[in-house]
Amino acid sequence: MEPILFIVFGAIAVGGSIMVVTRRHPLASALYLILTLFAVAALFVLRQAHFLAAIQVIVYAGAVVVLFIFVIMLINVPESRLPVERLTGVRFLAVIVAGLLILEGALVARRFGLAGTPAADSGSVEAVGRALFTDYLLAFEVTSVLLLAAVIGAIALAKKKI
Amino acid sequence: MSGLFDLVVSVVRVAVMLAFTLSLVPILVWAERKGAAYIQDRRGPNRAKILGLTLGGLFHPLADALKLLFKEDFIPDGAHRLFYQMAPMFALAPALMTFAVVPVGPPVVIAGREVALQVADLNVGILYIFAISGLAVYGVILAGWASNSKYPLLGGLRSSAQMISYEVSLGLSIIGLVMVFRSVRLSEIVASQGTLLWGIVPKWGVFVQPLGFLLFLVAVYAEANRTPFDLPEGESEIVAGFHTEYGSFKFSIFFMAEYVHMVVGSALIATLFFGGWQVPYLADSGFVLPGGAALGLPGPLVLLLRIGAFVGKLLFFAWLFIWVRWTIPRFRYDQVMRLGWKVLLPLSLANIFVTGLVLLLIGGGA
Repeated sequence: MEPILFIVFGAIAVGGSIMVVTRRHPLASALYLILTLFAVAALFVLRQAHFLAAIQVIVYAGAVVVLFIFVIMLINVPESRLPVERLTGVRFLAVIVAGLLILEGALVARRFGLAGTPAADSGSVEAVGRALFTDYLLAFEVTSVLLLAAVIGAIALAKKKI
Repeated sequence: MSGLFDLVVSVVRVAVMLAFTLSLVPILVWAERKGAAYIQDRRGPNRAKILGLTLGGLFHPLADALKLLFKEDFIPDGAHRLFYQMAPMFALAPALMTFAVVPVGPPVVIAGREVALQVADLNVGILYIFAISGLAVYGVILAGWASNSKYPLLGGLRSSAQMISYEVSLGLSIIGLVMVFRSVRLSEIVASQGTLLWGIVPKWGVFVQPLGFLLFLVAVYAEANRTPFDLPEGESEIVAGFHTEYGSFKFSIFFMAEYVHMVVGSALIATLFFGGWQVPYLADSGFVLPGGAALGLPGPLVLLLRIGAFVGKLLFFAWLFIWVRWTIPRFRYDQVMRLGWKVLLPLSLANIFVTGLVLLLIGGGA
């Protein structure tokens, strides 16, 4: 069952991300991005990372893409004036390089093997919480400082007069 | 064999919960109109009749549904057709999905197997609710934008700003509860609420987290876009907000989504703060009162009482939504934003701090 689900959600994720970069209308791209994020969350669930899956949907699908859509809605470029993207030499090269990178990843995985299935509860809220507040406490706290700096930066950029 | 059993159980659970949630919608629509009539001295539904029976206007939701089904399915010229048609689906689906983690009763044993009376007993229960309810905003944004008309756009923007603002307080108001019950799994939260505080008061969320309950209640009303926070469709300012350009069955899907949000919100309030399916002093064997008196009851009756208690609490809070709607006027938009960011948010943070302090002083979780 698991391999089938992996293929299905993996295909949705890859297909969705191709649609994100190829759609002409930015809102269509944003909606495909939600689909892709959902498929990735499903892949997390298959790897027992339930907490990560929930956070993925809350933060990315529920908040970040909402901001993208806000911007798209408020700028609201008429369809006739949307730029037409062409396949240039650099973009063609980028596709080839990306293909090589995937191939390389596959070869490395084949050579060294992948980590086995994680324990059933390793992605539960309890396990993640315990890991965050013991082994990774310093990184966790430092991240909070980083977030605080980002919040202050956002306010400083947005407000003309503080 | 066991695989088949699991499959049948899952399908039956999904079907029953879906039917339960959706069948509450027409009943609530009827209750809303009746409530409006009684509270504001208006005329309520009292005309539609079948064979001369009006049944207090119960046929009106049926007549409304038929009317909406048979109306012309109209798409305005300037609308973005695909997104315009997708928006109602984006509105209804998250509302229905949230109910999946709500336990309607204690686990029962069927054919020697324990079956939980909820669609999915997720380890990340409450986080799942936040994840899914956060998606409801897309229906509103898409509807507002795809209609290509100024009032829907304003309504969509208002609504999404409001939902994003109140989502923060919604999440933070539950943290205190999670700290007390030490789980984010809804079945465990309900199970913990079956014990007694000081041997007499049921340990319901509302008694251990009174402030958390008030904050959650307000945030749920704002998330469901209900009065006093129904700015997104404030008819005196922006016609009907994000669904101004919608008619016939697409409109009724938005309408259903609003009522499903009410059902889910009431179910969450009942589950998190009012013991879910727990009946005070009712143990598996029957009533056990604090004085020591006991009344034995057969198992099936206890189960029925518990499911009945959950449905009763749900209906009470659904009625509270209606009650509030016809009693309290709408806020002004800047007041809504100020309440969300400057009152609810600091209060919910203070609630978390005080809860942590108290838990530390009394030695954790007891």
